[in-house]
Amino acid sequence: MPPELTGTRQMARQTIVEKIISAHVGSNVHQGEIVIVPVDGAMASDTTAPLAIRAFREMGGKRVWDPSRCVLVIDHAAPAPNERIANLHVMMREFAKNQDCVLFEAGEGICHQLMIEKNIVRPGHIFIGADSHSCSYGAVDALGTGVGSTDLAAVMLTGKIWLKVPGTIKIELTGKIPKAIQGKDLALNVIGKIGIAGATYQAIEFCGQTVSELSLSSRITMANMTIEAGAKTGFVHPTGLKLPYPFSPVSPDADAEYRQVLTIDASAMQPMVSRPHSPDNVIPVDRVAGEKIHYAFIGTCVNGRLEDLQMAARILKDVKVHPDTRFIIGPASRQVFVDAIKDGTVEILTKSGATFISPGCGPCVGTHSGVPGNDEVVISAANRNFKGRMGNPQAKIYLASPATVAASAREGKIANPLKYL
Amino acid sequence: MQKMNITGKAHVYGDNIDTDAIIPGKYTKTLDLQIFADHVLEDLDPEFKNRIQSGDILVAGDNFGCGSSREQAPLALKIAGVSVVIAKYFARIFFRNAVNIGLPVLEVSDFEIATGDELAVDLKSGLVENLTTGRAYNATKMPQVMIDILDEGGLVHYLKKYGDYRLRMDER
Repeated sequence: MPPELTGTRQMARQTIVEKIISAHVGSNVHQGEIVIVPVDGAMASDTTAPLAIRAFREMGGKRVWDPSRCVLVIDHAAPAPNERIANLHVMMREFAKNQDCVLFEAGEGICHQLMIEKNIVRPGHIFIGADSHSCSYGAVDALGTGVGSTDLAAVMLTGKIWLKVPGTIKIELTGKIPKAIQGKDLALNVIGKIGIAGATYQAIEFCGQTVSELSLSSRITMANMTIEAGAKTGFVHPTGLKLPYPFSPVSPDADAEYRQVLTIDASAMQPMVSRPHSPDNVIPVDRVAGEKIHYAFIGTCVNGRLEDLQMAARILKDVKVHPDTRFIIGPASRQVFVDAIKDGTVEILTKSGATFISPGCGPCVGTHSGVPGNDEVVISAANRNFKGRMGNPQAKIYLASPATVAASAREGKIANPLKYL
Repeated sequence: MQKMNITGKAHVYGDNIDTDAIIPGKYTKTLDLQIFADHVLEDLDPEFKNRIQSGDILVAGDNFGCGSSREQAPLALKIAGVSVVIAKYFARIFFRNAVNIGLPVLEVSDFEIATGDELAVDLKSGLVENLTTGRAYNATKMPQVMIDILDEGGLVHYLKKYGDYRLRMDER
């Protein structure tokens, strides 16, 4: 459990990240300080765990610091597409068994989805993930930050990490969200504004009336995308947050010191896309509407949840995906898939011509289950469109909300979803 | 222990070089580190891996190494022979990863360096000399904990030696 976050130890003028780190180190810290912090857990995927396991052994590691807080997830190339990766998965299973740590098998889901869905990461926690999208945990008021394999190995060994306490950019979203606008559009708007390095070495806090009305799923989308502006971590203020267990929210002090405060009117927003080859290359969808697409994809840690699939089903109910377009869907977890089967979403989408793949990261990281061909145009609900991201540097990737992806799958060209909602 | 004085030839690239450009995700799932080097920067500059000679220096603009947390990115550069990366600034995960695997990285806010220039780098003082043009630049000082990790040749060696993190008193 996280340390106590309320009471006399707390000092005013702190942001969320300063409060969470202070509670863990046992003294008040502010931005710019370098601290060694005990953490609540460590997570690695099949991209990062094998190197982390090797580094752990090279450090002289015999037993992980706390097996119940070390989580391994087989999701980035799962089920294994070839023997080399199959053997890395074997290595992870054996390590998890020998160390008695937590392992999620191939098909169980994407690491960040599982960390939140299984209630492993909770408000006030610090969780270090060997995956850049670990910033997603800010959706549940926890400090999640991405590291590489060797840093993760050090956490598995010591239960600690060194961190520089980041400054924070506060982004207030006001106004009623227009129809057809999703959390992804909000995030793309922000990233387009501040740029791919706009939050480097800093935390982001999203707040405001607009944000307080968002579902947990949309909050995860927002926090997840903060790394696309270079942020160390990203929080959504806990106002309005609903979780399936009682919790004490961590809110910033009223006089917390921010590096920058932005106020954005969400009521004026349009559906947005990121053009190839950078997530911050953001424009309104209408400016590229009509461009032919070959491949539409909904899934990943940013947009593979039930509300994302339900949105696609609203747009594709009783109609077919365009004959020149293939539509691939990867649920974020087995639980998401089961829920989408139960409520009829999977049937609607499958009948429309969509193909469901195993819960996991495959297409987004270019490992398998949907690599685009040369000169093909992809519209994807993922979070990155760097050149080569989906496994082929000759492909062009547009990023958009699930609604925009589904509308585009229906028309075979980039389309504004508003007319279907 | 890390070698502190480096000389080498510069290879200069632009801003926002992401980790997918440094090593595409499709090559990251292996423990055979040579595979990373065989595909280093291949979608940005397919000839780089043939041109680079051991000890050469990579120079880039803003936000080098943005994107994924894959440590395979600095590993690919190191194994390909890059001795140090100089950039105007780095994405934070890449910066940590590079130090952790023992690849020196220096932030130099402004410089004039062209591909082919001979550089001399003093990691201890952070002085970067362009021997071709005769100009010199100072790098931003890294936090002491990173200097200590780099001194030992990376985080594996650091933790093997000390068993735990240690902060010097003057850092708080």
